[in-house]
Amino acid sequence: MSLTPELPDPALLHLLLPKWLTARARAASGEKGRGARIGILGFVGVLFWAFIFGVLYRLLTYFRGVDEIGALLAGKLLGLMLLGFTSILLLSNVITALSSFFLAKDLDMLVAAPVDWLKLYGAKLLETVIASSWMVVIVAIPMFTAYGIAYKGGMLFPLLAVGAMVPMFIIPAVIGSALTLILVNVFPARRTRDILSVIAVLAAGGIVLLFRLVRPERLARPEGFRSLMEFITVLRTPTSPLLPSEWVAKTTMGYLSGNPDWLSLYMLWSTAGALLVFGALLHRGLYHTGFSKAQESAQTVVKRGGFFHRLGQLVLSPFGILKRELLLKELRLFFRDTTQWSQLILLAVLVVVYVYNIKFLPLRGEGITFFLVNVVPFLNLVLAGFVLASIAARFIFPGVSLEGRTLWLLRSSPMAVRDLLWAKFWVGTLPLIILAVAIVGVTNYLLQVSDFMFFVSVGTILLMTFALSGMAIGFGTLFPQFETENAAQIPTSFGGLVYMMASVALIGAVIVLEARPVYGFLAARAFGQPIEPTEMALGFGAAALLCVLATLIPIRIAIRRLEAVER
Amino acid sequence: MIEITNLTKRYGDFTAVKNIDLLVPRGELFGFLGPNGAGKTTTLRMMAGILKPTSGAITVAGVDMIADPVAAKSKLGFIPDRPFIYEKLTGVEFLRFVAGLYGQEGLDVEHRGRELLALFDLESWANELVESYSHGMRQKLIISSAFVHRPEVIIVDEPMVGLDPKAARILKDLFREYTRRGHTIIFSTHTLEVAESLCDRLAIMVQGEIKAYGTMDDLRRTLQGGEKGLEELFLRLTGENAARDLVDVLDA
Repeated sequence: MSLTPELPDPALLHLLLPKWLTARARAASGEKGRGARIGILGFVGVLFWAFIFGVLYRLLTYFRGVDEIGALLAGKLLGLMLLGFTSILLLSNVITALSSFFLAKDLDMLVAAPVDWLKLYGAKLLETVIASSWMVVIVAIPMFTAYGIAYKGGMLFPLLAVGAMVPMFIIPAVIGSALTLILVNVFPARRTRDILSVIAVLAAGGIVLLFRLVRPERLARPEGFRSLMEFITVLRTPTSPLLPSEWVAKTTMGYLSGNPDWLSLYMLWSTAGALLVFGALLHRGLYHTGFSKAQESAQTVVKRGGFFHRLGQLVLSPFGILKRELLLKELRLFFRDTTQWSQLILLAVLVVVYVYNIKFLPLRGEGITFFLVNVVPFLNLVLAGFVLASIAARFIFPGVSLEGRTLWLLRSSPMAVRDLLWAKFWVGTLPLIILAVAIVGVTNYLLQVSDFMFFVSVGTILLMTFALSGMAIGFGTLFPQFETENAAQIPTSFGGLVYMMASVALIGAVIVLEARPVYGFLAARAFGQPIEPTEMALGFGAAALLCVLATLIPIRIAIRRLEAVER
Repeated sequence: MIEITNLTKRYGDFTAVKNIDLLVPRGELFGFLGPNGAGKTTTLRMMAGILKPTSGAITVAGVDMIADPVAAKSKLGFIPDRPFIYEKLTGVEFLRFVAGLYGQEGLDVEHRGRELLALFDLESWANELVESYSHGMRQKLIISSAFVHRPEVIIVDEPMVGLDPKAARILKDLFREYTRRGHTIIFSTHTLEVAESLCDRLAIMVQGEIKAYGTMDDLRRTLQGGEKGLEELFLRLTGENAARDLVDVLDA
């Protein structure tokens, strides 16, 4: 026995060992379809990198050719992108810290073990940094590569970029974790999770709105400024002199333009170091109380026979007891889980931004033809469809997976799987339809499109919404994640990716099928050509048939699949 | 070995544990009984240093859990009621990790780990990922993890759930032998036969308070139970009118 008088002191790396072993086991597991999955992900990843690199490289080579303001523009662009990163990182760190410091399942074991507070802080902070920054790293790699190659940064540039970015990842992680720690301690314990998720979502909405109001695209249109000098003055003014993103931009552009700005690099590292000390001290003082509070259940008393309960009973009574109860269950689960519905706020903000952008499209004035004004809403369908597919992936796709732990109850009851899936379909589809019609209707109104295009776009988006929901149910059942508790992670699974690809294919197919009759109509109106009714009927009919089939077939397959599941 | 004084835990307006005192000496096997929601798990989780008491003190082997949690926890092993194990670790990796948390490694740990896995018939599963384990096997693994670092005190929340009869028997023997060697075990259970046959002393908690406390004989004396068994004593404290209620329910 090795019970020594001194206290045990597991190394920080030991606390991270399970994560490392988990990653290794995942990498080594030879599960079915893994090769295909990696192949698809790799292909999509390379395309994504190539796209970002290509666009940025073209832009930067163009900037390089512009005297005086080229480097300023490149620096400004980098600063704006990094500012975006900072906002995303801060938000993502707040959310991740809540999970890694307070809700993770291994915390019971780690907190009950004789682990020094500083080690626990270090391990969980590192976990938070990695979990919340990897996406930014993926985007940053082609971005910095483009800067390095366009400005001939040389072999040492990657080192400098890493040296500048590491503190930029640490700073928001420490701030985010500290913020979470304070919030968990300040708010009434039972509501902490709810309040945090709402705050996080509101913050996300706020950031998105802020970005829109800053209107970064102005910089791309120098003609909007009164003089070149005014434009240069705006470019020279730091976007946010006290933010780490500006220091990274200065460090990078300074190095690339031959005037290294070591002060900015020093600011980055010293701030990160100081914040780490501050964060650790805060953790020492507040963590145990906060963790203890976070253990308390977020239980709330639900009032019996409230207005919504009575309304639900009344509205759904024609469906019969079973279907009514299934629908009510879906609605209750959704609205009582703050982490679910709070994302609707973010969604609302995104829709407002979307519509706002459409409003400011330069579709008025000379040279803007009737043709263009009516083609834009048609193409708008692609974007709206993609938005709806993303929402369906987030809210409808995980539906069956989330039943994993209760499947025994549903399967052992005298209920048809068909009823369960259709209940999920309708609960997910109705709000989606409202959203779809709102997006397309309002944007059409703002663009003042013709009645024909209004009818076509609203009809198409309606049918498309049904199809996207049906496919979400279908793919969600075909690729279930029964063991995942966090609904937000399910859409990022392989099945989620396949669903999104299928959705893009569907949207593309519908647009292609309708393109011909829409062109025919617009050409008829613009150039006085005759309308061909057969072409119209065939095009629209095929698109409608495709949507109907894409709604019904996946649900049929899902019913059969779920009936065969043995858990 | 473990002493709690005036321990209280409040969740908002609700008091889960009300001002309880308890002393469990070295070498004792102590059982916590009580109906669901009585405050057993909350008390055990406070003892394990997971929950922070609203007020009161906990000392483990003379070390104050609040003032010096790391030193106090180094003497403890904890088995939660809903055990979590990293799904992508193998059984042996998990045991190694837990021992490491308590600053232990090397041949001793490896040997103990193998012995414990063998004891619970998990030897052939030692290098399988935990995700392939059944519920009972996970329970056995988590129990093994509490013994692998040889703590002075083991706190266990509902140890028998999910265990097969053989494993349950092994666990009982293990508990007895471990306490015989001078270690202390505190566990909560709903299996009254296990508590009655295994525990040196018992506490019955009801609505956050310890209503009865002592050996079986002490409990009989306190509750004037004559020669009655633990089940009768327990029901007397917690739900004597159950039979009448049942009739009402079934007639409703």
